[in-house]
Amino acid sequence: MVEVPLRYLSPSCTLTSAATARLLPPGSRKLLLPASSVQSGVCSRRLHAGAGGPTPSPAAAPDRLPFSKVTQEDLDFFKKVLPGRTITDPDLLEANNVDWLKSVRGYSEVLLRPQTTEEVSQILRYCNSRNLAVNPQGGNTGLVGGSVPVYDEIILSTALMNNILTFDGVSGILTCQAGCILENLSNYLEERDYIMPLDLGAKGSCQIGGNVATNAGGLRLLRYGSLRGTVLGLEVVLADGQVLDCLATLRKDNTGYDLKQLFIGSEGTLGVITAVSILCPRKPKSVNVVFLGCETFEQLLQTFKLCRGMLGEILSAFEFLDSECMRLLNTHLKLPNPITDCPFYVVIETAGSNPTHDEEKLHNFLEEAMTSSLVTDGTVATEDTKIKALWSMRERVTESLTHDGFTYKYDISLPVERIYQLVTDMREHLGDRAKSVVGYGHVGDGNLHLNITSPAKDPALLAAIEPFVYEWTAGCQGSISAEHGLGLKKRNYIYYSKPSQAVALMGNIKAMLDPKGILNPYKTLPDNLR
Amino acid sequence: MSGRVLVGVKRVIDYAVKIRVKPDHSGVVTDGVKHSMNPFCEIAVEEAVKLKEKKLIKEVVAVSCGPQQVQETIRTALAMGADRGIHVEVSGKDYDNMGPLQVSKIMAALAKKEEAQLVILGKQAIDDDCNQTGQMTAALLDWPQGTFASEVTLEGDKVKVVREIDGGLETIKINTPAVVTADLRLNTPRYATLPNIMKAKKKKIANVKPADLGVDMASRVEVLRVDEPPQRQAGMKVETVEDLVGKLKEAGRI
Repeated sequence: MVEVPLRYLSPSCTLTSAATARLLPPGSRKLLLPASSVQSGVCSRRLHAGAGGPTPSPAAAPDRLPFSKVTQEDLDFFKKVLPGRTITDPDLLEANNVDWLKSVRGYSEVLLRPQTTEEVSQILRYCNSRNLAVNPQGGNTGLVGGSVPVYDEIILSTALMNNILTFDGVSGILTCQAGCILENLSNYLEERDYIMPLDLGAKGSCQIGGNVATNAGGLRLLRYGSLRGTVLGLEVVLADGQVLDCLATLRKDNTGYDLKQLFIGSEGTLGVITAVSILCPRKPKSVNVVFLGCETFEQLLQTFKLCRGMLGEILSAFEFLDSECMRLLNTHLKLPNPITDCPFYVVIETAGSNPTHDEEKLHNFLEEAMTSSLVTDGTVATEDTKIKALWSMRERVTESLTHDGFTYKYDISLPVERIYQLVTDMREHLGDRAKSVVGYGHVGDGNLHLNITSPAKDPALLAAIEPFVYEWTAGCQGSISAEHGLGLKKRNYIYYSKPSQAVALMGNIKAMLDPKGILNPYKTLPDNLR
Repeated sequence: MSGRVLVGVKRVIDYAVKIRVKPDHSGVVTDGVKHSMNPFCEIAVEEAVKLKEKKLIKEVVAVSCGPQQVQETIRTALAMGADRGIHVEVSGKDYDNMGPLQVSKIMAALAKKEEAQLVILGKQAIDDDCNQTGQMTAALLDWPQGTFASEVTLEGDKVKVVREIDGGLETIKINTPAVVTADLRLNTPRYATLPNIMKAKKKKIANVKPADLGVDMASRVEVLRVDEPPQRQAGMKVETVEDLVGKLKEAGRI
């Protein structure tokens, strides 16, 4: 069992003893507590029992911080700045108060819908002076409870900031407001022979501002890299209303510190992104999608190696799903298996500039994969409709899970060869306490989506899953949130993947940019930093 | 009976593609545009392959008329399970003017030559929506026809066809040899699996010219002009009922 480096445990950290116990894998030599109390969660709870009451889950919301409450005067101000776009009707607010998974709910009574950066600036300046908490919200498709209020934070929605500002057909640089929906941007670009550098299942609802604020990964990261490379500039409104104009459209600019990198992935806690400039790749002339079946995960990894070698420069996606995912797709969404039943499935996409060359490369790869028995079955699609159908086998797994029951979602980065081990270990660990345990994800990027379902919310099941999953991940020096971010649900687990000095420095940056802490409070950074 | 089924497959612009009219209005842009097998032809191939799997027929022959590129479409049919293909070479002006009459003459000639027991076609092509080739082929051969089939059952030397008609479903029994055209609900076409895609590369596609079949490709139809449908006018959003009434009055609707 790999020892978890103790450097991740800050001497100044004020985690409860139960939480502390959870950070160390059972059996680890360097213990802060006697061995017996680390062996089981029950023991650590016993340790804590004297302090009175059960330990709250690290994912549960903390107590409300002393922000001001919204008054009639505040509403009058908002209505003056945003006439007709200040919403207080509880029915209309309902959708914005609950996340896509229907797993967390806020109690906001005010939804603001600005159309311009100037309006956002006025709102934030006012809220900062009044000490009113603000929850920036894009498409509300986040999976870690970061996009909805916890208490009565004012929801600042970018939904009406949906204009495309400029597009340069030579450089491929697009600038647009933060509220543009990803799919709309894709459609706009495709007409001009370009595509967005990222693609995800939520494309019909998610907004580019939110994508940048969460450093969204997605299906194309393997080919085009992350937003940290493709975003060229940002316009951000800071907590005090100042507009930070870093909306450069330059490919190369080494003049000073690269401030935009602070805001990418900051989950709305350091500033509100109002405009984005992004570098877009050319639309490929030839796209092929292959759906393959493999007997073992080892063969899947060998297929990946072969794929990299033979398809290299045209490979644009390499995703996997297991047979449990296929079962859910068949059962809940009535999507039939395009090939015969196998333990593992791979979706490979190639994107290139010459259909004949790509088909030849693809056929050579497929022939090699089949003759060396790495792959037991498969199918190929070149036509749009068939391509969409094959992609939906991977993209709609998330949807099928919502029909299976209450879902516990884990988005983990691990060394590629260990990815499926976590799923197998979790299945064994949970036994029949869980309804389904499935694994799928961006295997090419070393990113596993581990999902566990139960008929209803089950605290006992949760206690069995966590911290087992986090400790397992920390054991491989993996990330407990590869692309989904921390939001509300995972904020306190940050120490499993980041050392305490790093987290402390994050706290300093937050204090500098948002001294009153009004931007998306209760999210991203752990509670003990306060 | 020969146990041979002839299936016609047409190469058309993929249905997901946005169609653009040529600037000279002589037709639609096909250069560099994604093409695929007509969805109803896919259903026809699937039905033929199913019959072969049930051992009710012995051989499935896929036929397509057109230039070199239609060989891709025939290969797709082979990957789905057809045994061999026939590429009827038609190109240039002949291909531009090719319509149901020419294709049905070709299909009829091939059906006789190959001694087909059944000719299965898609009910219509998604590019011209003619819905004529199956019917014309049957007439030229003087064979019975079961069109808009949503169910096909071979019963000895007869075929029972359930047809989708406006009023509901009509069941008919016709003698073989016969022509059947496939409607949407006949079946769900299979994905071509890798082993079959590999096998398909080795299956034979014979080349034939219309003249070899004694078919005259001259067209009696001349396309004068192709236009896009009128652009849909954008709607208008109004804030209040009074606004709505006002706008309706302005537009002379009330």
